Amino acid sequence: MTNKTVLHAKHLASGAKMVDFYGWEMPINYGSQIEEHHAVRKNAGMFDVSHMTIVDVQGTDAKAFLRRLVINDVAKLTTPGKALYTGMLNEAGGVIDDLIIYFFSDTNYRLVVNSATREKDLAWMTKQATGFDITITERPEFGMIAVQGPEAIAKVGTLLSAEESAAVEGMKPFFGVQVGDLFIATTGYTGELGYEIILPESAAEDFWQKLLDAGVAPCGLGARDTLRLEAGMNLYGLDMDESVSPIAANMAWTISWEPTDRDFIGREVLTAQKAAGDQPKLVGLVLEEKGVLRTAQKVITEAGEGIITSGTFSPTLGHSVALARVPRSVKIGDVVEVEMRKKLVKVTVTKPSFVRNGKKVF
Amino acid sequence: MSNIPSELKYATSHEWVRLESDGTATIGITEHAQDLLGDMVFVELPDVDDSISVGDDVAVAESVKAASDIYSPVSGTVIAINEELEDAPELLNSDAFGGGWLFKVKLDDASELENLLDAEGYKNSIDAD
Repeated sequence: MTNKTVLHAKHLASGAKMVDFYGWEMPINYGSQIEEHHAVRKNAGMFDVSHMTIVDVQGTDAKAFLRRLVINDVAKLTTPGKALYTGMLNEAGGVIDDLIIYFFSDTNYRLVVNSATREKDLAWMTKQATGFDITITERPEFGMIAVQGPEAIAKVGTLLSAEESAAVEGMKPFFGVQVGDLFIATTGYTGELGYEIILPESAAEDFWQKLLDAGVAPCGLGARDTLRLEAGMNLYGLDMDESVSPIAANMAWTISWEPTDRDFIGREVLTAQKAAGDQPKLVGLVLEEKGVLRTAQKVITEAGEGIITSGTFSPTLGHSVALARVPRSVKIGDVVEVEMRKKLVKVTVTKPSFVRNGKKVF
Repeated sequence: MSNIPSELKYATSHEWVRLESDGTATIGITEHAQDLLGDMVFVELPDVDDSISVGDDVAVAESVKAASDIYSPVSGTVIAINEELEDAPELLNSDAFGGGWLFKVKLDDASELENLLDAEGYKNSIDAD
């Protein structure tokens, strides 16, 4: 059974090449994923992300439940609309999924989790909910469109009513606001400014068409991957999974260690890992000569072996970049080797972030 | 459906061969192949004067998605390579049968071309995939 988003017909009408993405028939590109990539870095592009899973967590114990469920602390969220990126761990400290949590009130939160992990995420949340006075409600009746790029906010602005414009005016990054039918958030997966917009399925096609008419380029999963990788953002299933600690996946910044009495799932394991200091770490790799770094290629360093978790050609930089998990003692600026198509190539270790707001950042 | 020019010969591994009027052969990859690979980012070509045989992996087409070996559909000596691909690998996407040609070969034995597929045979081979 293949799922189709509410925008499926719009993709076909724009000449999309469709692929199976974990049970969803999604656009991989509309001709050239590199042109789509450049559209987002230089102008504005949009992605159908309606396949992603939206889950509302509501009730008296919503805050207490989420303080137990995820490694960041939702108690930090006090301004309505503020969002938090974090991870949900199993008891062994492995990442079940990464997610964004939007705060509306102590009894009302919205979570956006990956579609590929939908079933296990919902099962895990439901299991952990025992004893908490909450409801967990999936919201499949919504579509979701990400509009990203330096011109994204201005182009979306031409579609908004006076009331909607006023609601998003001056909204800082990582916030969301419900205004009429639209939930508009300043979040994204590209390293550019823009919005992620959740809207009723009945309004999605019309909104998509208006964005097309406003000159926003439709972009597929191909460009979505090169953009997120340039921005150094993890992809669940490649850069981390249930066998990987957040400390080994550049997610330590999403762990809230304080207060020390907050008993989140995986805390004990993470505390031990932190004390031991023996977890590998996620770094960036840059290859300036010909060739493309790919997932699963071996990284050879003086401190031992590592592995590329995701690699690609960077359209913005004109050469290949990758995220790799390597021994912790490997340093930024080190030159290490990657085993690539039967030969060893030299690559430079960087922070795991390559492009932000259209510019090289390493 | 991709374009498959009838005047060319094809290998099941998606290379095309055009026999030129001077008896040399021009080799490229098909529109169908570039469509499978997606946006090209690097092309590695053989060197001029290389002696190559049928089935040798003589070139690499690397797209955003994957690196793909290109096998020589003929035997002979490389007499020219398409240097434009160094700066414009996207020619393989936009003009697979024209500006996206890869290399030219002085053939050892022109009768070798008879072992390759004609347009219809190639069409059948990709339909069977």
